[in-house]
Amino acid sequence: MTRVMAQLAMVMNLDKCIGCHTCSVTCKQTWTNRAGTEYVWFNNVETRPGQGYPRTYQDQEKWQGGWELDRRGRLRLKAGGRLRKLLTIFANPVMPSIQDYYEPWTYDYDRLFSAPVQDSTPVARPRSLISGEPTKITWSANWDDNLAGGPELAPSDPILKRMSEQVTLDFERAFMFYLPRICEHCLNPSCVASCPSGAMYKRSEDGIVLVDQDRCRGWRMCVTGCPYKKVYFNHKTGKAEKCTFCYPRVEVGLPTVCSETCVGRLRYLGVLLYDADRVTEAATVPDEKDLFEAHKNVLLDPNDPDVVAAARRDGIPEDWLEAARRSPIHKLIFDFGVALPLHPEFRTLPMVWYIPPLSPVVDALANTGHDGEEAGNLFGAIDALRIPVEYLAELFTAGDPEPVRAVLRRLAAMRSYMRRINLGRPRKESIATAVGMTGEKIEEMHRLLAIAAYDERYVIPKAHAEQGARLEELATGCSLDYEGGPGMSGPFGEASGRPRPVAVETFHALKERQESGALVDPEERAGRVNLLNWDGKGLPDGLFPNRKKES
Amino acid sequence: MNALDLILWGIAPYLALTVFVLGHVWRYRYDKFGWTTRSSQLYESRLLRVGSPLFHFGVLMVLLGHVGGLVVPKSWTEAAGVSEEMYHVVAVVLGTVAGVCTLAGLAILIYRRRTVGPVFIATTRNDKLMYAMLALTLVLGLSATVVANVLGGGYDYRTTISPWFRSVFAFQPEISLMAGAPLLFQLHALSALALFAVWPFTRLVHMLTAPIGYLTRPYVVYRSRDLGGERGTRPARRGWEPAGPPRR
Repeated sequence: MTRVMAQLAMVMNLDKCIGCHTCSVTCKQTWTNRAGTEYVWFNNVETRPGQGYPRTYQDQEKWQGGWELDRRGRLRLKAGGRLRKLLTIFANPVMPSIQDYYEPWTYDYDRLFSAPVQDSTPVARPRSLISGEPTKITWSANWDDNLAGGPELAPSDPILKRMSEQVTLDFERAFMFYLPRICEHCLNPSCVASCPSGAMYKRSEDGIVLVDQDRCRGWRMCVTGCPYKKVYFNHKTGKAEKCTFCYPRVEVGLPTVCSETCVGRLRYLGVLLYDADRVTEAATVPDEKDLFEAHKNVLLDPNDPDVVAAARRDGIPEDWLEAARRSPIHKLIFDFGVALPLHPEFRTLPMVWYIPPLSPVVDALANTGHDGEEAGNLFGAIDALRIPVEYLAELFTAGDPEPVRAVLRRLAAMRSYMRRINLGRPRKESIATAVGMTGEKIEEMHRLLAIAAYDERYVIPKAHAEQGARLEELATGCSLDYEGGPGMSGPFGEASGRPRPVAVETFHALKERQESGALVDPEERAGRVNLLNWDGKGLPDGLFPNRKKES
Repeated sequence: MNALDLILWGIAPYLALTVFVLGHVWRYRYDKFGWTTRSSQLYESRLLRVGSPLFHFGVLMVLLGHVGGLVVPKSWTEAAGVSEEMYHVVAVVLGTVAGVCTLAGLAILIYRRRTVGPVFIATTRNDKLMYAMLALTLVLGLSATVVANVLGGGYDYRTTISPWFRSVFAFQPEISLMAGAPLLFQLHALSALALFAVWPFTRLVHMLTAPIGYLTRPYVVYRSRDLGGERGTRPARRGWEPAGPPRR
């Protein structure tokens, strides 16, 4: 191995997602509650089958995202290489329009107060945030939530279109599940490769993909380049914005906002080690169905002494190596073998993986009057229920049903095995061996998947304190830095002078607050609370006005 | 040479160029966050896909033509065996085609800006001023060419305007050369100077960061968290406005 790098990665357990959109809402409140980002959802939850957000983004023949192999088998951007990009820079030929997302709106709330006295109750009518005109709401980020408009809308699902007709017809009755999506923070990011200005980059310490807001010139090629359509164009600032993996939080060891607020506890965060020099090779595998295996081969075993030695040589800190050994992500991908990447065929080597849902199978089985939790029945059903497996395979393994089937069998085995324990029956090792595991391992997996203890599902090494003074927020400013806001000072008043590196401040403030137990000195903090980094513990000063001293 | 000529052709160019250069330096140091094309493609694509390439490729051709006409001395092209007639025909034909493309593109873009609601709302006063000055410069430039060289008998600007242009950069402005040029050419030069002076404070700055480096850099960029590097020194304000309906 030649170059070991660390990557923060996420796994989502789709069996536990109830589609409550809490992750989307908290993410939006944290990151995209500004003008210009009304339509921007760094995190969104899609109902499958469905069109997704933006509509039909998975259809790369239409949207030209990701990579493809040219005739000589070399990797190239699907939307065209460097020269082509520069020649089409004046008008991007395949950029989604606001209608492909949705036209954001607000309501004329003022009407409710300003309307003259009249017989009918005044109504707050919708008004477009794009044109400012009264509008009719016809689409949104999750318009087809829970299969709403199913017979009309669901058939436009690009995944469904690739499946056979018989399957499509049965589909709606067969199953439905939720797919929460954030930026994949790919190992081979096509958005970064598409950026003409070089403003997008992958952080070498933790693999988070960010947009340098000072370097972005608004050429919009990243929007086309990303096959997951997770880079958005802020139409007010004229800059690209994307999921940041909540880097100000993970730098201090806190989980991302979407993970922290997930009520289903279905998100896992951890470190993976990978060989940066084998990334291109893996992305260039000729057969799309081999991409999943090739991707796994790029990831390294943190318990292998050779890997550890190479990682030390490449400057990965000890606590990161320790975190990599404890990483729930590594366990889910390798030890338990239940996590799969989303759309490996885009060849970007995505780093947010998914445990496919077993529940549609269980439901379908229970509906037929069988015991949906008995191992034998379940195994049979997984093989018989072509529909879910085929659909999941289109999502997670470029259409190869075998890996999906293997994962579902393991999840089924876990269900069955643990049920016997819950019912006080003796452990049945044969269930475990049938899926190539041991009873012990199944119990370990059950602990991680079902109990999902906080410190086991989030193993996040902190950014290094010795680097603390150099930590700077590259991609954002502080939301308090508005005219007259408390964050501002400088020789020429508001917003003048050099910006304060916010992360240094929050890093130390948070560390102090978490470790000392004392509230932060109000004089020092000037009543400023960074809610982004507030972990909900304690009551930071400045959150509420000071109470008047009782005399 | 009277005082007006001195001001117009000996002083104004230096003022405009100074503002151009220092303005860009200032803007780059102070407002990197605002340094963008401010694209409106998200709102409207159909007209943009015709107008924008037409305008931009046209204006690039115009730029090349100006370099050829103003920077390259007549003696050089003659030494290369290009006769005045040949040069004249090529320059007039290419220049007119490029000018018409640019103007047509600009007309489409301005029409789009005015008629497409969201695009019009996103248009600032700064943009409107910039569009007016850009259009004025283009119209004057194209009409100078057409009036003098297509309709008229031809005007050899390479013996007057071009030497003056070069003399400005040699800090020995030959004011009398420009003072004797036809009025349309003079107006074109003046409007261009004015455009250069407002350039750094408009969206036109995106031209200076044309991403030529993309052709040679590796596809995937890695950056270290602690690399530091150059950053904008002005805290982000635009884009942190609270959500709400657009201001009219």
